[in-house]
Amino acid sequence: MTDTTTQPAFDMAKLSAKHTSQESEARIKRRHWAEFRLKAYGILAILFAAVALVILVYTIVAKTLTVTNEYYLSLNVPIELTDRQSAALTDDNPNTNANLENLIYQAIGEQLEAPHRGRSARPLKALVSTYEGFSLGEIVGANPDLIGGDYHFEALLDDNLQLYMKGDFGRLRDAGSAGPITISAGESEDQVVISAASNAFGNSRIAMREDRAAEGRALRRSARDQERAFNETQDTLDDTTDPEERDRLEKLLDGFGQQRDQIFARADAALTEATDQRNNFTLRTDDPSVFIRANGGWIKITEMEPERLIGTVMNPLTGLGEVAEGKWSGLLMTSPEAERKISDRQLLWMEDLKREDRIVTHFNQRVLFSSDSAQAELAGIWGALIGSFWTMMVTFAIVFPIGVMASIYLEEFAPKNRLTDFIEVNINNLAAVPSIVFGLLGLTILLSGVKLFGIELFDGLLKAFAEDPRSTPLAGGVVLALMSLPTIIIASRASIKAVPPSIRDAALGLGASKLQTSTHHVLPLAMPGILTGSIIAMAQALGETAPLIIIGMNSFIQDPPGGPLDKGNVLPSLIYLWNNNSERLFDGKTAVAISVLLIFLILMNALAVVLRKRFERRW
Amino acid sequence: MLTIALLGVVILGIAGYVIARQRAVAVSAGETAALHSRPGYHGLYALTVTILVGIGVFIVASAVGSWYLGSSMRSALTDLDPTISGMQADRVLQDARALATGGVTSAVDALREELSGVFSGVNATRLWGITILTLGGSIAALLFALRTITTEFRARNKSETIFRTILWSTAAVAIVTTVMIFIALIGETLNFFTGVLDWRIDKFLFGLTWSPLSGVHTGEMSPDKVGAVPLFVGTLMITVIAMLVAIPIGLFAAIYLSEFASGHVRAWAKPMLEILAGIPTVVYGFFAATTVAPFMVGMGESLGISVEAESALAAGIVMGIMIIPFISSLSDDVINAVPQSLRDGSYGLGATRAETIMKVVLPAALPGIVSASLLGISRAVGETMIVVMAVGQSANLTFNPLDKVTTVTVQITMLILGDTEAETAAGPAYTLGFALFAATLSLNIVALRIVRKYRQKYD
Amino acid sequence: MLDSGATSTDYKITASKVNVHYGDAHAIKDVDVNIESNAVTAFIGPSGCGKSTFLRCLNRMNDTIDICRVSGEILLDDLDIYQKKVDPVNLRARVGMVFQKPNPFPKSIYDNVAYGPRIHGLAKDKAELDQIVEQSLRRAALWNEAKDRLDQPGTGLSGGQQQRLCIARAVATAPEVLLMDEPCSALDPIATALVEELIDELRASYSVVIVTHSMQQAARVSQKTAFFHLGHLLEFGETSKIFTNPDHEKTQQYITGRFG
Repeated sequence: MTDTTTQPAFDMAKLSAKHTSQESEARIKRRHWAEFRLKAYGILAILFAAVALVILVYTIVAKTLTVTNEYYLSLNVPIELTDRQSAALTDDNPNTNANLENLIYQAIGEQLEAPHRGRSARPLKALVSTYEGFSLGEIVGANPDLIGGDYHFEALLDDNLQLYMKGDFGRLRDAGSAGPITISAGESEDQVVISAASNAFGNSRIAMREDRAAEGRALRRSARDQERAFNETQDTLDDTTDPEERDRLEKLLDGFGQQRDQIFARADAALTEATDQRNNFTLRTDDPSVFIRANGGWIKITEMEPERLIGTVMNPLTGLGEVAEGKWSGLLMTSPEAERKISDRQLLWMEDLKREDRIVTHFNQRVLFSSDSAQAELAGIWGALIGSFWTMMVTFAIVFPIGVMASIYLEEFAPKNRLTDFIEVNINNLAAVPSIVFGLLGLTILLSGVKLFGIELFDGLLKAFAEDPRSTPLAGGVVLALMSLPTIIIASRASIKAVPPSIRDAALGLGASKLQTSTHHVLPLAMPGILTGSIIAMAQALGETAPLIIIGMNSFIQDPPGGPLDKGNVLPSLIYLWNNNSERLFDGKTAVAISVLLIFLILMNALAVVLRKRFERRW
Repeated sequence: MLTIALLGVVILGIAGYVIARQRAVAVSAGETAALHSRPGYHGLYALTVTILVGIGVFIVASAVGSWYLGSSMRSALTDLDPTISGMQADRVLQDARALATGGVTSAVDALREELSGVFSGVNATRLWGITILTLGGSIAALLFALRTITTEFRARNKSETIFRTILWSTAAVAIVTTVMIFIALIGETLNFFTGVLDWRIDKFLFGLTWSPLSGVHTGEMSPDKVGAVPLFVGTLMITVIAMLVAIPIGLFAAIYLSEFASGHVRAWAKPMLEILAGIPTVVYGFFAATTVAPFMVGMGESLGISVEAESALAAGIVMGIMIIPFISSLSDDVINAVPQSLRDGSYGLGATRAETIMKVVLPAALPGIVSASLLGISRAVGETMIVVMAVGQSANLTFNPLDKVTTVTVQITMLILGDTEAETAAGPAYTLGFALFAATLSLNIVALRIVRKYRQKYD
Repeated sequence: MLDSGATSTDYKITASKVNVHYGDAHAIKDVDVNIESNAVTAFIGPSGCGKSTFLRCLNRMNDTIDICRVSGEILLDDLDIYQKKVDPVNLRARVGMVFQKPNPFPKSIYDNVAYGPRIHGLAKDKAELDQIVEQSLRRAALWNEAKDRLDQPGTGLSGGQQQRLCIARAVATAPEVLLMDEPCSALDPIATALVEELIDELRASYSVVIVTHSMQQAARVSQKTAFFHLGHLLEFGETSKIFTNPDHEKTQQYITGRFG
C-alpha cells in the first residue's frame, strides 16, 4: 500500500530520538514559558477589567457618600410677622406663599453679631438655601400658634457651605501654634501687630513656601512658552524680506521679549521667596489663608515677617496684650480665598457656628425624594425616577406583546422564504443600529413629522395622542420599545425554540390548531425564558440615554410627571444633565442618581437570574 | 379628541364580542354543537374585525388629515403674504400653531394671529373628520361581522387567519422600523445635499473645516464649512483607541476563561464581565469625565506632556473598557464553538495548551473573532454618551490622541440640543446621522455574513 | 530490533495495577497490560468497558479532563509516565494518537502534517520539513492523492482521506507508539480497508495500539488482543488464541455476539 515508487532517503526513525534529547528538553522549557506568558496575559486582562470595575464602583460609591448627609443651621427664630406676611399666610390661593426669610436672616445676624440687612448682609444671606423663607412660611402657615413666639428652625445651608462642611475646600489645620504671642494695635483701626516666637507659624510658612514654589514653576513654564514664541518669531523674521512685514514682526518680537523677561522676573521672585528662610510674605487672596483665634476673636494675617505678623481683625477681640501658649491658635486654610466659593468671612462664621453647635446634620432624604431644582442643595432624583417608571411602562406595554407575537410568528408560522429571511436580517441589523439613530427616528417620525423636499409627508405620529409629545415618557417609551424589540425577539425565539417538538406534535395530534398549539402549549412553556429576556432588555432600556436626550428628555423639569403624557425626564438623562452642571454639589448628587440607577439594574438582573434558576427546564 | 376616537373603537370591539357571541348562540337555537365554530370564536371574529377596521381607518384618516392641515395652512399663508418663504414661513406657521394651542411663540403679530384663526378652524375639521370616519368605519365593520353569523360560518378559521396576519405584522415591525429610520434620515439629508451643498457631496465628505453654524446668524450655511473630515478623524481615533484596549484584553480574557481558568475563577470573572457589560453608557461617561480624564491630565502634567481634559485618549480608554465584555463574550462563544476534537488532535500530537490555542483554536475561531471585532467597532463608532460627556465640541483636525477632538455622535447631539433653530441644525445633524447609520449598517452586514459563513462550517 | 530476545525490553509499554476514576465512578480496575514493540495490540470490549479510557491513559490525554484521576504504574520503556517530572507534552510527542472522528485542523494539508514537526522542532530547515511531510504522507498512503493539493485545506478531503491525513499527521511527529481510538468507526468499508492495510504497514516501525468495536477488525490487524469488560481486563493474549479459544466465558460470549 505504501508508495514505493520514489522512496526518499530521509529516515524518519531517527527523528524519534530527538524527543528524548537534551535539545528537546530545552525546547520544551521554552514552550512552557510561552504557555505561561499566554496565561499571564489572560490573567492580566481579567485583572485589568476587574480593576477598572473596582475603580468605577469606588468612584461612584465615594461620591455618593459625600452627599449622604446634609447640613442645617439650627436657629431660634422669633416669629414676628409683617402685615403682608400675615396676609400671605392666611391667603387661600395655593400660589401665594409667605416668604419669612427676613426672620431667618435676622436670627443668623443676631447669632453672629453681623448685619442682616442691606448690601453688607449679602455674605450672611448666602449662608442658607434660597427658599428656606418659604419653608418656614409653610410651617408657620400650618401652625398659626407659632406666631409671636420663638421657633426652633433648622435652615438648610447653601450648597457651597454644604461643600465646606464636607471638607471639599480643605479643612482648617494647625498653622504652628507655638509659644506665646503679643497682640498690639496696628496703624489703622482694624489692624493688629502680633509678635511671636520664630518657631511659631512654621506650618503656614512651609505652606506658603510650597505655594510660592508652585507659582514660580508655573511662571517658568509660561515664560518658556513666551520664549518659544519669541524664537519662532525670530526665525520668521530672519526669513522675511518684506520691510512692512519685518516691521510688524519686530514689534511682535519686542512684545514677546518683554513679556518673557517680565514673567521670568516674577518667577525668580516667587522662587526666591520660596527658598529664602528669612523672607517676608505679603499674603494675597490667591495665597493660603492664615488666621489667629485669640481672646474670643479672629485675626486674618496679611503680612508675615520672621518674628512679627500683621493682621486684620475679622471678629472683635476682647482685648489686646500677651496671650500664653495654648490660649491661642494659629489656623491655616491651604485653599486660597480666590479659589474657593466661600469667603474667609463666611468660613470663620462657619467655624464659630460649629463651635457653638449650631450646625446639625441629617440624613439626606431630599436627594432621593425631591425633584430636580436649580439650587444644588435642593435637587433630588424623584421626578426622574417617576419619569423612568412611566417610560418603562410604555416601553414594556409596547415591546412585550409585539416581541412575543413576532417571535411566535418567526418560530412557529413563518414559511422559509425570502421575506422571512429579510425580516431576520432586519432584526439582527436593528440590534446593532446606534442608539442615537433611534433618537433621530423618534424626533422625526414621532415628534416633528417627516418632510421630503419641503412637502410634509406626515406629522409627528404621537401628536395624535398629545398636543406636544416632546419630552414625554410616551415618546421616550416608544423609542426605547423600537430599540429593545430586537433584543426581546432574539431572546424569546431562543426560548421558544427550546420547547421540544414532541409537545407541539402532542397538541396537534389532539386536533388543536396551530395557533392553539402555540398559545396554549408552547407559549406557557417558553414564558419563563421570554420573561427573563424581557427583563434584561428592559434593564438595558432603563440605562439608555442618547435617544432620550435627542427627543428632549434632558429638559429641566421640576415636577414628577403624573402620567406618560406629562413632560418628564429619566434617571440617565438626569445624570447627563447634572454632570453638565458646574455646581460642585451636583457631583455627589449625580453619583447618587447613578447609584440608584445601578441598584435598579442589579435588582432587575437578579430577578432575571432567579427566574432563570427557578424555572429553567432541561428538555 | 383622537384618544376618545380610539377608545370608542375599543369599546365597539368589546360590544361586538358580546353581541356576536349572543347572536351565535341565538342562531344555533341553543344547540351550540350545531355551529361550525364555538360562539366565542364568533365573538372574537367580530372583535378583531371591528378593531382592525377602526384602527386602519384611523391611521389613513390621520395621514390624510395632517396632509390636509399642512397644505391648507401653507396655502392660507401664501394667500396672506405671498413674499414669505423658507425658514421664515416655517417659523410663522409654527407660531400660528402655538398661538392656537397656547404654546410658546417667538413673536406675535397680525399675520400670525390671523393664521392661528385659520389653524383652529382647519384643525377642528380635521379632528372631527378623523373621529367620525374612525367610529363610522368601526360600526360598519361591526355590522358586517354580525351579519355573517350563521351556523356554517367558519369563524374559528377566519379569526385564526386574522391572528396569523397580526402575528406576521408584528414581525414586520422590524422592517417597518428600518424603513422608518431610513425615511427619518433621508428627508433632511437630501434637503441638506440639495440646499446647502448643491450636490457637492464631496465638500461634506472630504472638507476639512467643520463649523456648520458659524454663518447661521446671517441666514446662510456655507458649504465650505460643513466638511466632516475632522469628525470622521476624531471618531476614528477614539474607535482605534477603544479597540486597542478592547480587542487584546477581551480576547485574552476570553482565551483565559475558556481554556485555562478553573471553575472557581470563571465563577467570579464571568459575572464581573457581565456587570461591566450591564453598566449604562451614561455611567461610563461620568466615569470618563470625572475620573479618567483628570487622571490623564495629572499623568501628563507629571510627565511634562500637555494632555487636554477632553482628549480622545480618556474617552477611548473608557469606551474600550465598555467594549471588553462585548468582545470577550462573543469571542468566548466562538472559541467554545471550536470542536473539542480539534483540541484533542493537537494535544495528541504533543502540543501545549498555548500552542493548541494559538495555532489551532484561534485560527479556527478567527472569522468569529473578526466579526466580533467588527461589531465592537460598530458600537464604538455609534457610541454617544461617553463621548458627549468626555470629549468636546471643537472640531480640530488632529491625529494627536492627547488633543481635543470631537466625534460624529457628539456633533449630532450638540446640533440637536443646541440653541439653533431645529430646521437649520437638522440638515447637518441628520446627514451625519445618515452617514453613521450607513457606516454601522455596512459593518453589521459584513460581520453577520462572516458569522453566518463560519456557522455553516461547524454545523 | 526485531530479533532481540523475549526479555522485558521487548515490551514498549508495561502497565500494572492501573486504576482510573472519573469523579466517583471507577472506570478502570486494576489493569495490567504489556504492549509489544512492532506489533499491533487491539483493545476490544462492549461500549463503556473502559477500553478508550485506558488507551487515553497511555499518553495522558486524560489529563485534559479535570475530574479524572489515574493511579498505578505505566512504563514507557523504563520511564514511569505518571511521574511528576514527566512532561505530558513530551510524552505525547513520543506516544502519538489518532482519534475516532477524523479531525484535521482547518489548515492546508501541508500545515496539518507539518504541525507536529514544527512545534517539536524536528526539522532543521524547510527542505527537511518538506521531506518529513512527504515521507509521512507516503506512510499514510496519501501522497499520490495529496501531492498536487498540499496547500488546500485538509477539511476539503473525503472522510477516509481525512483519517489518513490524521495518521500522516501523527506519523510526522515521529512517535514511538501510535494509539488509535476506533480510527475506522466513521469510515465506509473501502476507506476502512485502506486504513487497516496502513496499520499493518505501520507495525514495521511503531508499536500500534488500536481500540476497536469491530471484532473482525481486531482479528484482521492485530497480533495481540485485550478484552475489557466493565473496567476489568478479562483476557489478554495472542489474537488468534482469543478469537479461537478464549479462556474466559465472557470473552467467548462477546466474540460470538451474544452481547455487546
